[in-house]
Amino acid sequence: MKHIDRRSFLRLSGLSIGIGTLYSVLPQRLSGTMAEAAGYLGKQNGESVTPFSFVQLSDAHVGFNGPPDPLGTAAFERAVEMINGLPTSPELVLFTGDLTHDTEDKDQHAARMRKFKEIAGRLHAGKVVYVPGEHDAGLDAGVLYREHFGESHYSFDHRGVHFIALDNVSRAKPEVGPEQIAWLKQDLARFSKSAPIVVFTHRPVFDLKPEWEWFTSDGDDVMNVLAPYEHVTVLYGHIHRDDEHHIGNTGHYGARSLIFAFPDPEQVAGKKPMPFDKEHPFRNLGVRFVDEKPGAAPTVREVELTLREYSGVNGVQQLLKEPELLKGAF
Amino acid sequence: MTRSKLLPAVFLAGVIALLCALPGGKLQAQSPREIAITAKRFEFAPNEITLKKGETVKLVLTSQDVVHGFYLKPLKIDEIIEHGHPTEVTVTPQVAGRFSTICDHFCGANHGNMKMTIVVTE
Repeated sequence: MKHIDRRSFLRLSGLSIGIGTLYSVLPQRLSGTMAEAAGYLGKQNGESVTPFSFVQLSDAHVGFNGPPDPLGTAAFERAVEMINGLPTSPELVLFTGDLTHDTEDKDQHAARMRKFKEIAGRLHAGKVVYVPGEHDAGLDAGVLYREHFGESHYSFDHRGVHFIALDNVSRAKPEVGPEQIAWLKQDLARFSKSAPIVVFTHRPVFDLKPEWEWFTSDGDDVMNVLAPYEHVTVLYGHIHRDDEHHIGNTGHYGARSLIFAFPDPEQVAGKKPMPFDKEHPFRNLGVRFVDEKPGAAPTVREVELTLREYSGVNGVQQLLKEPELLKGAF
Repeated sequence: MTRSKLLPAVFLAGVIALLCALPGGKLQAQSPREIAITAKRFEFAPNEITLKKGETVKLVLTSQDVVHGFYLKPLKIDEIIEHGHPTEVTVTPQVAGRFSTICDHFCGANHGNMKMTIVVTE
């Protein structure tokens, strides 16, 4: 039996498809067979890791109707159509916050949450889970959010991967807070250091751009808790653009939004949404397709954007088929 | 008061007077310069202030509506401004530059653009 390198036998790979990100979780062949890898993790966690796929969606801002995007929920609804068009339904869909746009009118905000749930309810997916963004939970400490979506932090296991939902918005400031950090320590206590862990949250938990409020003030405390673990991935929203940072053992991945995009903060002076392009209404919210057939090189077809393979892992699975996208809708 | 108790008191008063006296003979104010900053959805006023590196100043922060934040990591400022309760923060900047200070307590739809600039000169 081949020796299995613990650091490389499992990785998270993702295809950004504009509407969100489609991830595949699979052991790498380089360091052993899938069965070997799954068996290894099974010994560590009590549950074997088996390949599966999931989707991350973020920042739908249901209720927003402004100059950066006058189309309201169009991109969100298109994203749902696309996911429902996958040949294999994802087992999980993670929403990383700002499901709705805030309003001080509680009834109106509740209506926006119901509208969000109605659209999300069309998803063909095994499980749909959420964390709040500040526009969902910042004005009322998450009271209305919890009425509609349940607890704002929690964890669960899926096929040998431990998923952790972290709430870094309900305290109004960009912070997780000591109570939740204590809970995180307790939650992780039963896992070995090699356990695969996916954290999903709204704000980045590192100082990406503090002047734009792209940070979590006690993010270092969160990462100190996670630091001993060798396979940690953090998925977040809030920044309305792709971003990828690797810090220590952890990969941090920001997602596009479903309403409008922010520019690269290193390229512009101020924080302003990128302008709406009526000729390309989903630009920067765009769509990426990848065709991958056994024994053949992947074929990339761009509708709006380009392919990015987060980890370059072999075996990125083609789960997309071309929907009736951008055909006369606008 | 006996003479033995009076002498130390007189000596102490003399020391205090010497410490407080200016060359011109006037008492010098010991408190730092104060700068008032008002917060309201979704702006600070003034939206730019200038400090000197090494100068201690007191920022007096007030809110005209809801709770706001006042966050500037390079100067180690992380404050809450509650409506009706001014927040005072004393700062002695040790680094020069232009710093964007943000409201980091979510206050509404345009919260993400609520900011001001603190300029620190050499």
